[in-house]
Amino acid sequence: MLSDSYHPLIETPGDKASVFSSGDDLKEVAKRLRRDIITMIGKAGSGHPGGSLSAVEIITTLYFRIMRFKPADPDWKDRDRFILSKGHAAPVLYAVLTECGYFPRSELSTLRQLDSHLQGHADRTVTHGVEMSSGSLGQGLSFAVGCALAGRLNSQDYRVYALLSDGECDEGQTWEAAMSAANFKVDNLTAIVDKNRIQLSGFTKDIMDLDPMNRKWAAFGWRVFEVDGHSFEELFDAFGKARKVKGKPAVIIAHTVKGKGVSFMENNVDFHGKAPSAEQVEQALKELA
Amino acid sequence: MTEELAPREVYGRTLVEMGRENPDIVVLDADLKPSTMTRYFEKEFPERFFEVGIAEQNMIGIASGLAASGKIPFASTFAVFAPGRCFDQIRVSVAQAKLNVKIVVTHAGVTVGEDGASHQALEDLALMCSLPGFTVIVPADGIETAQAIRAVAAHNGPCYVRLCRPRLPVIFDSVYRFQIGKAVEMRSGTNATVIACGVLVASALEAAEQLARDGVSCRVLNMPTLKPIDEAAIVKAAAETGAIVTAEEHQEAGGLGSIVSRITASRQPVPMEFVAIKDVFGQSGKPAELLERYGLTAKDIALAVRETIKRKA
Repeated sequence: MLSDSYHPLIETPGDKASVFSSGDDLKEVAKRLRRDIITMIGKAGSGHPGGSLSAVEIITTLYFRIMRFKPADPDWKDRDRFILSKGHAAPVLYAVLTECGYFPRSELSTLRQLDSHLQGHADRTVTHGVEMSSGSLGQGLSFAVGCALAGRLNSQDYRVYALLSDGECDEGQTWEAAMSAANFKVDNLTAIVDKNRIQLSGFTKDIMDLDPMNRKWAAFGWRVFEVDGHSFEELFDAFGKARKVKGKPAVIIAHTVKGKGVSFMENNVDFHGKAPSAEQVEQALKELA
Repeated sequence: MTEELAPREVYGRTLVEMGRENPDIVVLDADLKPSTMTRYFEKEFPERFFEVGIAEQNMIGIASGLAASGKIPFASTFAVFAPGRCFDQIRVSVAQAKLNVKIVVTHAGVTVGEDGASHQALEDLALMCSLPGFTVIVPADGIETAQAIRAVAAHNGPCYVRLCRPRLPVIFDSVYRFQIGKAVEMRSGTNATVIACGVLVASALEAAEQLARDGVSCRVLNMPTLKPIDEAAIVKAAAETGAIVTAEEHQEAGGLGSIVSRITASRQPVPMEFVAIKDVFGQSGKPAELLERYGLTAKDIALAVRETIKRKA
């Protein structure tokens, strides 16, 4: 059960605070998202379950406790922006957007099919609630910096959240963006690195060692928070602290488990980009019951 | 003496004028503002100018985020660096995302001169014209540049404008009105048509003048918009003059000539010649020397016109 300390940070009439009561059981929400992720990828027959499952608590905390938005008005100009830079984790975003009411749950079963609103990688032009088209890694943080700068120019008080994978920190553009965010003193931006330690062809430490990641971000001028990326308490606390940082951007390095919640997917490189079989879907759903 | 203007100088001044009229205009540059002339905008609107350093991928990404949040970003660098250093960012973050980003590049082509091959963009139009939804414009002089910049600011969608380094002779008068997607007949003619863009429009006019002295009547079409291309003007020219020469400061593959020949081949086949860079890189030299070395002069255009006319049925 949730402790009483969970309250939306912002309560604006019409925002998600009015859509969801503060009593939502985040653990139940997270479980539903995981079931949706497994079911939709299983049905599609292809996709990336591991990096969606690792980000469930991060995305649940953001959408159910931190961000303000209006599902009925996806283009509401004062909405907080969630930028999915790791575009292959589109299923976790689709699951939470459905949960929030951006589109009917029935659409989840069309994932990756011809003419579906739910493309294999996130596409802002076809899916309500998707801010950015991604899938080519390393581009999201730059986009997020642009959104944050626009908010500052317009004197709007929205915040921008960018979810990155640890693997995409291999991309030079991520660090170009990191440098620029600090240079521009962007403080309405929080980046989250879903540090699940696995990328497509192996463990990040074997492919291209990214550690010490915290010191890299700090050296680039960011305020760094490190949390257990599956702990709602730690995530909520870090998001709250991050929004209080002034004059520089903040990054939350979320230590996560790739494939979290499904025993045979956890820490398994194979499930970076492979759909579960029918039997595996059944077993996974049992574990997530 | 013919008046000359540097298109990039005009670009810089036009940005400032537009900045005064529209608070949503913002400008980004990647450490080239004294050359792209975005420095004028920075001086007047420092809070709306973003110097990203030598980081073109990030520049395009930030521009896309600004556009998604309602701004009209103009991102500038040299033509070799955009799209060269950031094609995938332009493809995914701008084109596929259908965002209102304006990429205005300078120093295209061999007329960059002494900086040599690494700095002479000869492939950018092929890359940019391959992207769905992009508007691609190559102005022919300072007057057309000012109007094209205003036109892309008013157009809702991703745009690429390619400018050169040197000053160019002014070929339009002040009543000229540029329209996206419209060719402009600069000179009438019946024996052949030269379709040119950018630096080579003035050379095409000079070639037509030379040909006229020998009794050859040559139409000249300025084709400032490569995408969407003015198909009707091309088909009309092919039907009425029966021979077409294209002229551009770009590789033969994938540029104006490729686009025009795609239209003529499918709708109105006629003999064609292509004045363009023939699958080589440039080198250091003076702009005029380089145009001559790579066959991009009025003389080369006139010769190509005579060749196509010979091949007419």
